[in-house]
Amino acid sequence: MNPRRQKRLVAVVAFVLLLGGAIGAMLYALQQNIDLFYTPSQLIDGMGDDKVKPEIGQRLRIGGMVVKGSVRRAPDSLKVSFDLVDTGPIVTVEYEGILPDLFREGQGIVAQGVLVDSTTILASEVLAKHDEEYMPPEVAEAVKGIKHVAPKNYQPETKKPEAGQQP
Amino acid sequence: MIAEYGQLALTFALCISLALAIVPLYGSFKGQQTALQLGNPLAYALFLLTAFSFWALSYAFWSNDFTVVYVATNSNTLLPWYYRLTAVWGGHEGSMLLWLLTLSGWIAAVAMFSRSLPLQFQGRILGVMGLIAVGFYAFVLFMSNPFMRSLPYFPVDGRDLNPLLQDFGMIIHPPMLYMGYVGFAVSFAFAIAALMGGKFDSTWARWARPWTLAAWMFLTLGIMLGSWWAYAELGWGGWWFWDPVENASFMPWLVGTALIHSLAVTEKRGTFKSWTVLLAIAAFSLSLLGAFLVRSGVLVSVHSFAADPDRGLYLLAFLLVVVGGSLLLYALRMNSVRSQARYELFSREVLLWGNNIFLLTATLVVLLGTLFPLVHKELGLGSISIGEPFFNQLFYYLVIPFALLLGLGPWVRWKQQQVQPLLKPMSLIAIATLILALGTLAAMQSIQANLALLGLLLGAWVGSSAIFELLQRLQQFGSVKQGLTKLNASHFGMTLAHIGFAVLVIGVAMTKTYSVETQVRMKAGEQVELAGYQFMLVEVYPLNGPNYKGEAAELDVSYKGDYVTHLHAEKRFYTVQRSVMTEAAVHARLSRDLYVALGESLSDDSWALSFYVKPFVRWIWLGGLLMALGGLIALCDKRYRRGASQKDAVKQKDSADA
Repeated sequence: MNPRRQKRLVAVVAFVLLLGGAIGAMLYALQQNIDLFYTPSQLIDGMGDDKVKPEIGQRLRIGGMVVKGSVRRAPDSLKVSFDLVDTGPIVTVEYEGILPDLFREGQGIVAQGVLVDSTTILASEVLAKHDEEYMPPEVAEAVKGIKHVAPKNYQPETKKPEAGQQP
Repeated sequence: MIAEYGQLALTFALCISLALAIVPLYGSFKGQQTALQLGNPLAYALFLLTAFSFWALSYAFWSNDFTVVYVATNSNTLLPWYYRLTAVWGGHEGSMLLWLLTLSGWIAAVAMFSRSLPLQFQGRILGVMGLIAVGFYAFVLFMSNPFMRSLPYFPVDGRDLNPLLQDFGMIIHPPMLYMGYVGFAVSFAFAIAALMGGKFDSTWARWARPWTLAAWMFLTLGIMLGSWWAYAELGWGGWWFWDPVENASFMPWLVGTALIHSLAVTEKRGTFKSWTVLLAIAAFSLSLLGAFLVRSGVLVSVHSFAADPDRGLYLLAFLLVVVGGSLLLYALRMNSVRSQARYELFSREVLLWGNNIFLLTATLVVLLGTLFPLVHKELGLGSISIGEPFFNQLFYYLVIPFALLLGLGPWVRWKQQQVQPLLKPMSLIAIATLILALGTLAAMQSIQANLALLGLLLGAWVGSSAIFELLQRLQQFGSVKQGLTKLNASHFGMTLAHIGFAVLVIGVAMTKTYSVETQVRMKAGEQVELAGYQFMLVEVYPLNGPNYKGEAAELDVSYKGDYVTHLHAEKRFYTVQRSVMTEAAVHARLSRDLYVALGESLSDDSWALSFYVKPFVRWIWLGGLLMALGGLIALCDKRYRRGASQKDAVKQKDSADA
């Protein structure tokens, strides 16, 4: 091999090795940092065809509407908890800190956090979009066509109430 | 009527852009001088018509013409006049019009400043820009017309501008950003025009360089302003969120940076030609991808405009045509291009190649992190989000070798460099780096092996290398004083931009390591301590603005008993849009920011407040500013203004420089 070719070979091999290493590191980092998005009903009933439920301790995102009257504040700290709902099941979100400007009861929000028990999430971040009519698109999809759902009527063991049924 | 005139002007502009896309290109292939000479007047006409149309929309905002749907949705009589004018680009339709204005502005600038280029080449550039213009003008006219009327039933008052956008940063951030995005269309047009002719030489690179530098400078400024705006307006004390839309602007910046460096190799050494062309295509394609991501509604983000799948589809199709067409042309033409220049393994060419590899890997990281959630969702695997740690972690690994190379790069000669002569200066720089980094941490009394130490080491390495190299280069002219007048501007620009990068790296590392924050519940008269600063909440009182109501908090800050400053934080409720905004109070110094945001009102007269002390956070924007300034200085280099006829003289001088 002449020296010019040899140099070229070195360059190509270095390039391939670098690229391979970079892509490997990227995929590994990606795997570590994926947060699945759940709606309250997906969290409780499982997601997809296999009804996969998240494990306790898993990092995830949850989006739903804040149940009216469910926001409870600690009297002496910034701890707060509230309930989220989409089409029936309710999950509780616990958070310490300042809620975003547009956080309001009855409005859609997204929380990022860790599942501490099957229906409770300890949130590290609560996001509300700067838009009055905002609803997380996933929630909008889930509640499409459902006019009203009374959260109290929902029992996880029995069948879901039919869409639009009034108590 | 003014709005109708605006629309009419825009329609004429579409026709002109069609002519611009056809006539000069036809002339360039048939060798018709008259057709080629029509390019310039067409370019000026396009700009004038677009400027008139933009003025018409601004006038509609100024005069509160709520019969225009776009004005009604984005303005209000209570809005102060300066926000009424900037509301022109506060929504999708108007911001597209701003896009057209910048595009036609760039086209007119190309027509004006490249008269010294061969007529055929200039005609091809204008033709390619005309083709791009046709795509965008048609998009605005047919899919997002800002002049649409809602007669006969129109609202008495408008729905107001999104409160987030009522800020000084909003006045300048989008124009700068668009100048950058659209500016890469010029680099793209240069690349495509050269592909058509099949001729790539160092003169081509010398013509393309200032345009690329200008676009890059504007994009740098735009991103920096966006970061500063988010910091000031969102009230979280954050300056970069890896938000998909931020990423959309960051990707063209990374590729643009690679392009600047690759163009340098093409100009000075006549090699890396096909690579440079690919980068120019990639930079513009990523700008288009950004436009698609922001305007199609596929992303959920603070920036995204109202979702409209049709617009998204149009932009996606446009993106595919641009990428597909240019890559096809590339495949057909590029195999005829050969690089003659030879270089050894340890040479500036190889180091700049390394620079490009790292910048492109970084682009790939951002692209993956931005598009992966979209792909995942479209495949029906459920919605996911990619956490910030993904980006942080990978950029952490990328910046170390990148900065090490950057410190070495300017010292290494083109073609071939012996290791021996570099040992002395490099070890001097290494010693200076250690002293600077450890000295800074010692002064702060916290010497630890942490991110701050790494950032300081990398920053000091890059910074001191840039300064020493400049001094050494100046001395080659006899004395530093003589060198200051003789060394070309692009070298000063490069040095300044590299120092800017060093400042940025230090700022990021120090802020990430030493920022402290606390969120507390407090009443008036209470005090909280953070990083040695005592924040005393003096009072909270109601507030009445022109288009908002709210509360304001007054705080006194002292450091170890000494009075520092008075802070004024607000929480505003914009009545028309019914939305709440936090106006954080910031006390900025080069060494640290104090940042207070007023949270919600709690029971028993207490308030939630967030406090942040962020050391060196200003350095992040200062670094960006220095980089942009470096670009500006490099742009002023005399050799970019020389005509094509002098190219041989220039070539000789350049090789002497190198």
